[in-house]
Amino acid sequence: MSAIVIRQGLVVGNGGSEVNDVLIVDDRIAEVGPSIEAPSGAHEVDAHDCWVGPGLVDLHTHLREPGREAAETIESGARAGALGGYCALVAMPNTEPALDCVALVSYVLERGARTPLDVAVAGAITVGRGGEALAPMVEMAALGVRLFTDDGIGVQDPLVMRRALTYAKPLGVRLAQHCEDERLASGGTMNEGALSGQLGLIGRPAIAEELMVMRDIELVRVTGAPLHFLHLSTGRSLEMVRAARAEGLPVTFEVAPHHFTLNESACDTYDPVFKVHPPLRSAGDVEALRGALRDGHVDAVATDHAPHAPELKDLAFDEAPAGMLGLEHAASLTYEALGPSPDPLTFFAVLSRGPARIAQLRQRDSRVRHSAHGGSMTAGDDANITVFDPASRWTVDRHALASRSMNTPYDGRSMSGRVRATIAKGHLIVDQGALT
Amino acid sequence: MIESIRGRSLLSLDDLTKSAIVEVLDTAESFVEVNRRSIKKVPALKGRVVASLFFEESTRTRLSFETAAKRLSADVLSLAVASSSVKKGESLRDTIGTIDALGIDAVVLRHRSSGAALQVSRYVPHVKVINGGDGQHQHPTQGLLDAFTIRQVLSERHGTTGLESGSALFEGLKVLIVGDIRHSRVARSDVSVYTALGAEVRLCAPGTLLPDDVASWPVTVVHDFDEALAWADVIGLLRLQSERGSGDFVASLDEFTFTHGLSVERARRLKPEALIMHPGPMNRGVEIDSRVADSCQSVVEQQVSNGVPIRMAVLYLSVAGAEGQGL
Repeated sequence: MSAIVIRQGLVVGNGGSEVNDVLIVDDRIAEVGPSIEAPSGAHEVDAHDCWVGPGLVDLHTHLREPGREAAETIESGARAGALGGYCALVAMPNTEPALDCVALVSYVLERGARTPLDVAVAGAITVGRGGEALAPMVEMAALGVRLFTDDGIGVQDPLVMRRALTYAKPLGVRLAQHCEDERLASGGTMNEGALSGQLGLIGRPAIAEELMVMRDIELVRVTGAPLHFLHLSTGRSLEMVRAARAEGLPVTFEVAPHHFTLNESACDTYDPVFKVHPPLRSAGDVEALRGALRDGHVDAVATDHAPHAPELKDLAFDEAPAGMLGLEHAASLTYEALGPSPDPLTFFAVLSRGPARIAQLRQRDSRVRHSAHGGSMTAGDDANITVFDPASRWTVDRHALASRSMNTPYDGRSMSGRVRATIAKGHLIVDQGALT
Repeated sequence: MIESIRGRSLLSLDDLTKSAIVEVLDTAESFVEVNRRSIKKVPALKGRVVASLFFEESTRTRLSFETAAKRLSADVLSLAVASSSVKKGESLRDTIGTIDALGIDAVVLRHRSSGAALQVSRYVPHVKVINGGDGQHQHPTQGLLDAFTIRQVLSERHGTTGLESGSALFEGLKVLIVGDIRHSRVARSDVSVYTALGAEVRLCAPGTLLPDDVASWPVTVVHDFDEALAWADVIGLLRLQSERGSGDFVASLDEFTFTHGLSVERARRLKPEALIMHPGPMNRGVEIDSRVADSCQSVVEQQVSNGVPIRMAVLYLSVAGAEGQGL
């Protein structure tokens, strides 16, 4: 028997928060109470002034394995995730080759099972993410895949997307779309606007994203199949999806920390570390995203953690690949974005409970040996817990990250709030802000 | 804003003050004289090493820069892209690092990507970087030589010298720029330099060939080309950049010629004293009729020959910096 006791943190349940101790025995929460007498040999975690909530879940992680292990591996990505407070990651399928069949999905699940975290897989919607032929979603769903996406690119052809939604609906899985019309975004490398014109960079206009959001909302309306919108980056996109949800359509969306932290002006250095798809948007869009986050209208914050080997970010802006790191900063940036009086309930709603619901990770799954995530912090829950210290301050050093890559846009930036401890499947994998 | 390019890199014209620009033009005046001598060489950059790094096709800019460097007695390292390891997938940073390791004072960079010159100046902060054209962003020496050419012609007409006229001849000067402005780094540099010197600039192009951000430019967009002709003191034509896909932005070359080409008939609507400019290479018969290009109003050849003194001035100011007082 192993035991951990988390002392005197603000335990953030489903409906409210209370300062309590949390006792973990083996892989479950055994007790939550004001003063728990711990069994002898229990590891003590001091959580005074900290938030204690369900372990974070990332809906959007590029783990790069198989194919680009120089940038990241499932193992290194899991370590980065653990430091960021994550207990579960959803691995995106844009690997080389793409995760579009049982063999490749099994490979990633197996590798993931060797890490302390739960690594779920998002399968590809189409073969090779080519946007043409449907991938074997039935077979992959039977393995436990609950989310499908061609992320990196959206399914461009409306006929294919409609068929994919119709095909997926009876499987009880959810499709997720990277919304950007590649024709409208053609050749673009940053947000289209006054700055892209001045810099001589071709723009990826907001309309490229918004038009696909609009199209897919209508496809959801005719098919009735659920759809998750990945990394929405404009105020207009959010408005449309929220209106669709208000109508009762089964749509959810995520926002990425870089889209609510940085704006397009970062690109004026031509440093490819700021290149990402969809691109960093206008200051007004950033404000719209932050507002939605603070008001509790966002379903999930997802990192879009996209490691790239350093030599690829030493290219010219238009030649460098898009994407930036995210796992180790997301909790701090979300905390900052929640404003002067951040609500811990919202924090865990967008970083844990929302994503766990969207990825269907709230129940144990014996097929893939996954534990339950996004719980209510009560006795009996699987012990996936994040202890977050809101008062902590730290500075990002790109050389000190657990990721194999260094393409963080926040190098040298000071951050508010930091993950103090991560307990995944009953194991204390991060303590005092460091891997154990 | 940059008050002088002495001892600095030259990446863009949009952050140069009027006095910084006039300093370059004035310095170039003295090099015009050098170029008229039988021995066209001064020792100003003797012992300095200038690398010429052209990642994109160029004939006149490259020749002009290398000639300028040699006339200043600098040693020139020239990297031909086809024979370099760039084609083998070497990163921009490594290529510049390799050149830097040979010991250089300045690098003239031409690259197909916007921002490449700024990136290189970050990689090797101790080296002066002269932007020889980056993507569709800026082509500073072209803008400077265009302004120089205008000042040269107009001051001669006024019976004065370029040095004496300073920037006065640009006050209220009406400049019309026509053609593929969207994809043109020359247009961006020209607009920067002309407006900084006090000129009034109008742009005329098919809607698709105007930049997305044109509303924020210090210019007026006009749609009636024929009307604008009578207004202009200077007309600058730009070619369609088919290598950047401009062909897809208009229905056909013929239609572009019909709507925005400077035909003989259109050229007659210009003021008789108006100057016709083109940064080259010209597509004769497309944006400019061959007879117009060779007419007495055209200053295209002067633009080319002014490339050398302007680039001498830029290299001299940038590389010799504060030490280079005694020219």
